[in-house]
Amino acid sequence: MSNAFMNNPVIKWIEYRLPIFSFMDESVGSKYPTPKNLNYWWTFGSLAGIVLVIMIATGIMLAMQYTAHTDYAFESVERIMRDVNYGWLLRYLHMNGGSMFFILVYIHMFRGLYFGSYKAPRELLWIIGVFIILAMMATAFMGYVLPWGQMSFWGATVITNLFSAVPLVGEWIVQWLWGGFSVDNPTLNRFYALHYLFPFVIFALVFVHLWALHVHKSNNPVGVEIKGPQDTIPFHPYFTIKDMVGFGVFMIFFLGFVFFAPDFFGEPDNYIKANPLVTPAHIVPEWYFLPFYAILRAFDFNILFLPAKLLGVIAMFMSILILLFLPWLDTSKVRSARYRPIYKQFFWLFFVVCILLGVVGGKPADHLFFGLIPAIYVGKAATAYYFAHFIILTPLIGWLEKPRPLPDSISAAVTKSGTSGQGAGS
Amino acid sequence: MSDTATHAPGSTKDGETRRDFLLIATSTVGVVGAALAAWPFIDSMNPAADTLALSSTEVDLSPIEEGQSITVVWRGKPVFIRKRTDKEIKEAQAVKLEDLPDPQADKDRVKKPEWLVMVGVCTHLGCIPLGQKVGEPKGEFGGWFCPCHGSHYDTSGRIRKGPAPENLYIPDYAFLEDNRIKIG
Repeated sequence: MSNAFMNNPVIKWIEYRLPIFSFMDESVGSKYPTPKNLNYWWTFGSLAGIVLVIMIATGIMLAMQYTAHTDYAFESVERIMRDVNYGWLLRYLHMNGGSMFFILVYIHMFRGLYFGSYKAPRELLWIIGVFIILAMMATAFMGYVLPWGQMSFWGATVITNLFSAVPLVGEWIVQWLWGGFSVDNPTLNRFYALHYLFPFVIFALVFVHLWALHVHKSNNPVGVEIKGPQDTIPFHPYFTIKDMVGFGVFMIFFLGFVFFAPDFFGEPDNYIKANPLVTPAHIVPEWYFLPFYAILRAFDFNILFLPAKLLGVIAMFMSILILLFLPWLDTSKVRSARYRPIYKQFFWLFFVVCILLGVVGGKPADHLFFGLIPAIYVGKAATAYYFAHFIILTPLIGWLEKPRPLPDSISAAVTKSGTSGQGAGS
Repeated sequence: MSDTATHAPGSTKDGETRRDFLLIATSTVGVVGAALAAWPFIDSMNPAADTLALSSTEVDLSPIEEGQSITVVWRGKPVFIRKRTDKEIKEAQAVKLEDLPDPQADKDRVKKPEWLVMVGVCTHLGCIPLGQKVGEPKGEFGGWFCPCHGSHYDTSGRIRKGPAPENLYIPDYAFLEDNRIKIG
């Protein structure tokens, strides 16, 4: 921050007692050195942070109008849509904001996969990120139950029933989650309480995520560590500005849905009030859960003493938890896929498989692709590949691949001589 | 503690002191106490007394014709009651137990062969199977079909194909009269 600002008597008085201004400056200001080659894939983290704030802000306003009771929940949401001033805007921002949050975080995660951001010394940074996505999924799931539509009710029924697959205590766990013998008023009430709590848990996790980030600083597209001041530029103003450009483009995308296609990500069945006696013909989770839903459904066979249902549940949770082990499954010392010709191709193959899993997850159980290929087989093959990518391919590629030569430093990557420490701007 | 130059009173040869013991004992009591104090919080989420007290349901079976099904609500869940046809009963009885994922004879699932009473909740992930109404799909075994993940149940409500691990549950029920049952 400028000297004039820091010499202001009021600022000095506060700074002497609580050094918050220098802390801000060192965290996201002119004293925070940032690799100078960060591209736009590095803006998605801060965009996700902004969306978290938007979600909390709109969520608190909605909570002032919402009634968490099975008799009133659906009607209170309709009242928000029709009678509450700007209620429609708050709800559509919150509804679509959820989808946006997942889009941004998924891109953020694939960015990490492509550029090897999970590798030493950033393993814990990555692991905290995995906990953030888990907390986001729990929050999104419970939030979707609150409008008490048909998809809310049956989504809650299907997902809570996953826990009945746990041997011995499964039935007890499910009744404990429900607070009864089916998804009912006690369930709705506790989901509301937890849906309000979890965003603040996510906020705390994001804080720890940033703390870990600031220890070893951002990874970068070259994947070579910062060697000295010539490799960095201050976060402010260079990357605050860059993030703002990304934010502007993102808001056009986000508000485009809010104002012109607010129900694009939703299911029409959720505008029918929950009916415990009628299951909708085709239950689908929200789009961001579809790949995991496909993995769950891929297991329709028993293995030894493990029943299909338990296998599906284990596989679904493992598909996320396996990311916790990725820093040790990847045996390559080179971070960025730019210098890993073989890994780069498998990264994109893995990306396509994730999309394919999403497509399969959105189809009915007995769907045939092109009227010929059963979706269940595609789902099984894609599930097998998903796990093989992490357990078999990632370690193998690390051992067998011959990476391209790495530049000496971030600066050297863009200078003709390629020598260290003589960056173009220095 | 063993590193301190002067030995604490009561220290033994390998450096253990009474203070170590007190520290471990106090920590243990603290952890156990915290764990016990957590129980009321956890248990408060279990079904409450009024939920548990939900009454049993009595059903008059006389209006149900052969080949018809009705659905009643018990503990917030649908219960399927079907008056089976002779053909359905014969089909259910003819199945070999070794062909079943969850082997159970038809006679163990009914009190009277024509009346099949079961909880209409798929044992996979809790959807309501189709097959109660005329025109709904009944699956490959002529019983019920769960649209969520494709489980097929036979005319005895037993799982035959698909991801569900178990047969449809049979609730506790009793015939009060020939045409009257009490569920629960």
